[in-house]
Amino acid sequence: MAAIRCLRHLTREADKMNITGMTAAEIGRKIKAKEISVIEAVTACLDAIEQYDKEYNCFVTVDREGALKQAIEVQKKIDAGELTGPLAGVPIAIKDNMCQEGILTSCSSKILSDFVPTYTAEAVLKLMEAGAVIIGKTNMDEFAMGSTTETSYYGETKNPWDITKVPGGSSGGSAAAVAAEEVPCALGSDTGGSIRQPASFCGVTGIKPTYGRVSRYGLIAYGSSLDQIGPIAKDVTDCATILEAISQYDKKDSTSVNRTDNDFTTALVDDVKGMKIGLPRDYFTEGLDSEIKDAVYKAAEVLKSKGAIVEEFDLGMVEYAIPAYYIIASAEASSNLERFDGVKYGYRTEQYTDLHNMYKKSRSEGFGAEVKRRIMLGSFVLSSGYYDAYYVKALKVKALIKQAYDKAFEKYDVIMGPVAPTTALDMGASLSDPIKMYLGDVYTVPVNLAGLPGISLPCGYDSDGMPIGLQMVGDAFHEKTIIRAAYAFEQTKEYKRPAGVSERGL
Amino acid sequence: MSKAYETVIGLEVHVELATKTKIFCGCSTAFGGAPNTHTCPVCTGMPGSLPVLNKGVVEKAVAVGLATNCTITRNCKFDRKNYFYPDNPQNYQISQLYYPICRDGKVEIEAEGKKKFVRIHEIHMEEDAGKLVHDPYTDSSLVDFNRSGVPLIEIVSEPDMRSAEEVIAYLEKLRLIIQYLGASDCKLNEGSMRADVNLSVREVGSETFGTRTETKNLNSFKAIARAIENERERQIDLIESGEPVIQETRRWDDTKEYSYAMRSKEDAQDYRYFPDPDLVPIHISDEWLEEIKAAQPEFRDEKKLRYKEEYELPDYDIDIITNTKRMADLFEETIALGANPKKVSNWLMVETMRLMKEHQMDADALAFSAENFAKLIKLADDKVINGTVAKEVFEKIFTDDIDPEVYVKEHGLATVNDEGALKTACEEAIRNNPKAVEDYRGGKEKALGALVGQVMKAMKGKADPSSVNKLLKELL
Repeated sequence: MAAIRCLRHLTREADKMNITGMTAAEIGRKIKAKEISVIEAVTACLDAIEQYDKEYNCFVTVDREGALKQAIEVQKKIDAGELTGPLAGVPIAIKDNMCQEGILTSCSSKILSDFVPTYTAEAVLKLMEAGAVIIGKTNMDEFAMGSTTETSYYGETKNPWDITKVPGGSSGGSAAAVAAEEVPCALGSDTGGSIRQPASFCGVTGIKPTYGRVSRYGLIAYGSSLDQIGPIAKDVTDCATILEAISQYDKKDSTSVNRTDNDFTTALVDDVKGMKIGLPRDYFTEGLDSEIKDAVYKAAEVLKSKGAIVEEFDLGMVEYAIPAYYIIASAEASSNLERFDGVKYGYRTEQYTDLHNMYKKSRSEGFGAEVKRRIMLGSFVLSSGYYDAYYVKALKVKALIKQAYDKAFEKYDVIMGPVAPTTALDMGASLSDPIKMYLGDVYTVPVNLAGLPGISLPCGYDSDGMPIGLQMVGDAFHEKTIIRAAYAFEQTKEYKRPAGVSERGL
Repeated sequence: MSKAYETVIGLEVHVELATKTKIFCGCSTAFGGAPNTHTCPVCTGMPGSLPVLNKGVVEKAVAVGLATNCTITRNCKFDRKNYFYPDNPQNYQISQLYYPICRDGKVEIEAEGKKKFVRIHEIHMEEDAGKLVHDPYTDSSLVDFNRSGVPLIEIVSEPDMRSAEEVIAYLEKLRLIIQYLGASDCKLNEGSMRADVNLSVREVGSETFGTRTETKNLNSFKAIARAIENERERQIDLIESGEPVIQETRRWDDTKEYSYAMRSKEDAQDYRYFPDPDLVPIHISDEWLEEIKAAQPEFRDEKKLRYKEEYELPDYDIDIITNTKRMADLFEETIALGANPKKVSNWLMVETMRLMKEHQMDADALAFSAENFAKLIKLADDKVINGTVAKEVFEKIFTDDIDPEVYVKEHGLATVNDEGALKTACEEAIRNNPKAVEDYRGGKEKALGALVGQVMKAMKGKADPSSVNKLLKELL
């Protein structure tokens, strides 16, 4: 600790720099150029969390001690020339459904409220290898089930743009922490929109990679056939940089795909000339907020002006995506969550009469309402006599949705549309009407069902000043195409901070 | 009993596959070990862990399928079987329901002098569960996950067997095939082979099946035979007294020689099977299948023919030698080292069998090496040791696998070929046993034996009896 204090003292000059206002890439560059130290970058984030997170509740765990220790290690390696990458020394937050050895990993659930993993998730390990410093674990909807981060056992996260509104979910803690500039970047996970939708609600950028691009080893499963880990940051560059670091074939994940095109930063090119962009007409129907519709069309115009060819087309299958998604994801979840039984780890009820009573009470007390709802739904659709009618049929729908996209990608490079039908909702509005919340996933879930990559980035603001997200979807393993399109669009915009953030220190 | 009944039996046989590592992780499958030492996040069901299929399991399952004349499912999948039990860390077992790896096989069995085929419905791969240990001091149960994730295949037969004899013949057949493949040691008592018996009875001549029960916890062939008899009688008694047979699972208690109902069909669980999304479909390519085929060993029936032709051994010997892979291997390895097949066979038939009986052990447990066995046969052939000494040394090989050359030297057991010493001993025996000498000269051939004995005693057993015989005759 003495060393830390000393370093702090020596570089007072750096304190004047607004480290938390920088992007991950900027912080990385300044560390490399020795304009700031890793400790300073990490301390700036820890201080910001301490100062502002009481208001937003983005974090479940802040690992101050571990982060400072990592910072010293990383600085040594940077000084020794062993770490030279863009993320060396960059602070990052991790959604609380990714295992980190020795650190509480709760999935924001009571049932895992004392669970400390014995191993670290592959994606987190990749970040550590790149020299990123893990600051802490972010809040989420319990077991990633929800679109508002209100179902967390640790209380809801608030939207930094307006604390009466939800940050979206389930990676709401990650998105809000980036928007609130508590950290420059974070990892989220996306099963039905859980990276893209909160990024949209919080005015930041997030990528859901192609299924199989990033290892799921150590990600506590919700819907195994749909889950993907991805980055959330303030711009496309940071997202591409982080995605590059975490994408790698992993033999520990059977669904991981061995690719050689993980060099996403090469796609950060401001050029969309001749790029074919399709706007699905079926996305711009009733239910879509008109301000969002206008913002997306406007974005299309911007890209057109930069040389892209933009057309409207009929994607099809849109109305079947939500029911298929909730059947498949819930079915998988009902099985994935069976291991939380009070036997081996996690919460166990205090008093019980026998084994089955222990199971029943531990799970009844340990899971929240939304998780129970999906376990029941999932168990039902897999039960004998209903399996074919629901689960098998949903899998057929999934295949048809993939076909619809395949057909579209014969013609277009990018499919563009809104991320969500509305901007961030008021706190509490969705809890009373889960179906309404489910319907909010209409533009994001088809992408998971088809296993495709999608990016969400800000494209405007509604009349209340809440951010509007733009979604670009690429063909399987064509992340570079959407990164290029998003980057080109981003060049026409200035990054905008929530009022509460930009007014800091004034 | 007024009517004649027929017993209809089908078996579900679980076999632990002898891979070095578990089916979905790199942990050791070794039996024993301190509790929870052969474990990792995968086989203890830690959150976030993922299964990765061990290819060796697929190869062994396909090998068993080929040896039992099954059709191999070229694109198969794993499914999750969901049920809560503490020995099952995920609370679902990864198994195969919709696309098992092998289907529609058959094996030929011989029972009560008749040959017949037993059809195999399917063979599927799955993971074993952990073990629950009850701790009486704290009145709680502890879980050992060392066995969790050990690979299993389940071989499901059609209801083609009609008696305990046929069931035993079928199990023996499976055991031999699987042992010959090196796919498992198939020990019922250690649980590496487990058989559940599905049994129903019907009147002779009836075309429809009766209601069946499933009996579990059968740990030996004897227990299986007894349980079949017991269950047959129980069902016939029910039918005769006009009561229905209830479809249920029963547990056999071998000490009480009685089975009791565990659960009926009504409380059968809904396992909510669905394809495991963490595992990708397995494609068995033509090349892969050919590789597995090419690696198939010589099975018992083929060996029997070859032994007869090549070594001209009696059928009885061939039967015993090929009855376990261990003995057949020992036989072939010893021959490969230059030993005479007939002599090897004799040692196996006589001394080895005698010692196995004495030690109450199976051929599978034979632990001595072909090297030391071959050396012993050579020492006896070369008359370096005599027959009595050879048996004595073999016992040491049998129990401790000692090197007979070293042992004979260290214990001074080599036959003495010093003619002077032998002659002195013979002369001494003649001098000291005038009665025997007289008898022999009087025509009693047998009397020579007593003299030989005296000489052997004087030589401390290290003389070659035939040389002693010859020398005595000359001197007399």
